[in-house]
Amino acid sequence: MVVDSADEKQADRLFRALANPTRRDIVKRSMRDDYSVSALARCYTTSFAAVQKHVALLEAARLVSKRPRGREQIVRGNTEAIETARRLLDQFEEVWRERIDLFDKVLNQPEKEGPDAGDQH
Amino acid sequence: MPVTNIEKSPENLTMVVTSEFEAEPGRVWQMWADPRLLERWWGPPTWPATFVDHEFTVGGRASYFMTGPDGDKARGWWRFEAIEPTHRIEFADGFADQDGEPDDGMPTMAVRVSIGQDGASGSTTRMAIESRFDSIEDMEKLAEMGMEEGITLAIGQIDDLL
Repeated sequence: MVVDSADEKQADRLFRALANPTRRDIVKRSMRDDYSVSALARCYTTSFAAVQKHVALLEAARLVSKRPRGREQIVRGNTEAIETARRLLDQFEEVWRERIDLFDKVLNQPEKEGPDAGDQH
Repeated sequence: MPVTNIEKSPENLTMVVTSEFEAEPGRVWQMWADPRLLERWWGPPTWPATFVDHEFTVGGRASYFMTGPDGDKARGWWRFEAIEPTHRIEFADGFADQDGEPDDGMPTMAVRVSIGQDGASGSTTRMAIESRFDSIEDMEKLAEMGMEEGITLAIGQIDDLL
């Protein structure tokens, strides 16, 4: 399978965007309700400009989108992107579940020897 | 099912797998310390692992390969960063080229293993394994390799171990 480098870049932006507590909070809020950028700014002690920057970063990572409503910009969370973020870890979970099941089996039959046990290459 | 909990953190690129076993901690430890036991569970049944080296000391290296159903070999290496019998192992896990040398173009993963007796009952041992990834690209690459093996696993006959 070939990795699409555009996908890779997008995923990287995604994780970088989520690696900040304020940005994670903005995502959570904007998934539940409609918030304008100024309404979001009132939720934090940081400056309006800082919040605006956070929103821009989240927008670039496609975690949120902005839509004009009157004179305001409404920030909406993008549920699909969050799902993508979890997908990779789900795959690793499967690998480890299988591995631990094997671990348990071997642990319960440590004396059993396979035909090429101890075979050195 | 020995796995009791899985904690995934997409924000920190980490995953912690906690499991419990009906065995003494010393025996759980041996599953990592003894390469002959280790190679019976590290690779999926259709991609069994063979550990060629297993220098189980701090700074020591392990090298292994996994053999697929068509005879393809996937090589990997470990570097042990911390070893505290019988409760802590930390190592870096990476891919190797066909000669078994670390492949710098491929991702590495940090693995932290904690083993401890469960206070409630003397014969139960708890093991927590934390995997930490450096970047999302690394995760993508690793997931791909895992998927390839997983698909083979699914279509192949899953016999009892060995």
